[in-house]
Amino acid sequence: MATASQPVQAGDEGLPIRGPLATMSFGLGDGSLFALRAARGAIGRAFSGRELLRVCSEVGVGSLPVVAITGMFIGMVLAVQAYSQFRNVGLETSLGAFIHMSVVRELGPVLAAVMLAGRVGSAMAAELATMRVTEQIDALACLGVDPVKYLVAPRFLACLLMIPLLTVFADLTGLVGSTLICLHVYGIDAHHYWQHSRSFVGLWDVGVGLVKAFVFGGVISIIACHRGFNSKPGAAGVGRAATEAFVISFVAIIVIDFVLAMFSNTLHDVLFAGAPTKVV
Amino acid sequence: MTDDAIFQLNGVSVQFGPQAVLRGIDLAIDRRQTVAVIGESGCGKTVLLKLIVGLLKPTLGEVKFEGAPLNSLTEKQLAKLRLRVGFLFQQAALFDSLTVFDNVAFGPRAKGGMPAAEIDKRVRERIEEVGLPEAAATKMPMELSGGMRKRVGLARALALDPEVILYDEPTTGLDPIMTDVINELILHTRSSRPVTSVIVTHEMRTVRKVADRVVMLYPLSRLGPDEPQIIYDGPTDGLATSDDSRVREFVAGEAHDRSND
Repeated sequence: MATASQPVQAGDEGLPIRGPLATMSFGLGDGSLFALRAARGAIGRAFSGRELLRVCSEVGVGSLPVVAITGMFIGMVLAVQAYSQFRNVGLETSLGAFIHMSVVRELGPVLAAVMLAGRVGSAMAAELATMRVTEQIDALACLGVDPVKYLVAPRFLACLLMIPLLTVFADLTGLVGSTLICLHVYGIDAHHYWQHSRSFVGLWDVGVGLVKAFVFGGVISIIACHRGFNSKPGAAGVGRAATEAFVISFVAIIVIDFVLAMFSNTLHDVLFAGAPTKVV
Repeated sequence: MTDDAIFQLNGVSVQFGPQAVLRGIDLAIDRRQTVAVIGESGCGKTVLLKLIVGLLKPTLGEVKFEGAPLNSLTEKQLAKLRLRVGFLFQQAALFDSLTVFDNVAFGPRAKGGMPAAEIDKRVRERIEEVGLPEAAATKMPMELSGGMRKRVGLARALALDPEVILYDEPTTGLDPIMTDVINELILHTRSSRPVTSVIVTHEMRTVRKVADRVVMLYPLSRLGPDEPQIIYDGPTDGLATSDDSRVREFVAGEAHDRSND
């Protein structure tokens, strides 16, 4: 499988062991080497600062409206769906704690990442796939430049920087949306609403959410760029690369979220054994 | 192989999955030669070109540059080698997000060690050399015609003063007048520099005008298991009188009745 300036080993497509498991293993291995190369390029600054700024602007600034809408409506829907259940047991003032915890630890990072996999990831894959089919990636290699370090590294870095920031923005708009519904539609007492929220949602929860966002950012960029670089020829190949970038990213986000959730809970128990479950 | 061979392919075969494209290619290209590689669509001409510069690896056999096998080179060594080779891609492969000037300047800037003023001067010289007006320097690739894109691609390929220039179908898709302009540019490039040129083309006008040696490939799908894929390797003026009818037919532009193939 071609990875940028590494020449295609003609015949790579004919794997000695076949089947979906073999294909997945090969893809995972190839993707890991690709990621390593991108990370080395990011560390070695094998790209221009102007290119990094351009990608950061595209990923970050360009995604603000859609992330704001996503976050706000997640918060609002959660409030609407959970209110009656909480009211039935007289715990409506705790609704804020439930929603804010869910948004900060899970829904904010995951849904923001899924949204960005669709918006940013697909666009990256399509852009690089177009460069592949129009031989621009080959042209880079012929000019003595490592295409992975030049093209992928700034995108990798931009996603690592911007996606956590966008997740924080999604969390904030989620909080705004849920607060609007809880306080102004359902008339929940503001003082108790915020008091319960502060009791349950702490720095640990925010930190877990940010770590997830950071990991998701790296994964989205690597998967998108890898699909773009390995695009098949023609318009169909470009379209397929964009679709695969989103689908693979989506599955990866869900799986990694589960793993990180298990890991963070276990780590919390180890670090704060004997302490209350939630750190204020 | 002569001692003056800059590139050498020994027993090179290329296969993409089940699809064999090249088989048992033995080819040596000497310095300062202008070699045209011709053949029908799909016979592996572009694959051959990409093998020379290491963009593709052979399934079997080896490719050598100045006697050193390409697969023994590290990434850095391969990158250094590529700086000595200019490649004009079939669709020019200009970088869409850069202006004409930045496209041509890309190689010198990436290589480093050249002051900005010198890069500026060199880029303007190359743009002028390929017959583009100065005003073209600020244009984006999407604003250019096909012929202009090819000329910018050639300027970019020449920007690092390469020893070898590879042309992948340089006149495909161009009108006859622009074809002649590109042919003249290739001739000018050859005469003004000590370069080795390899031109992949199926345009006989280009072959007759610029090449002093022609290599013709034949599609594997129409060859027997023991038949060589290179069916002609000789001077340009020997094509029309070749003993091989397939060569004569290609040169004459005649469609062959393949119903019995």
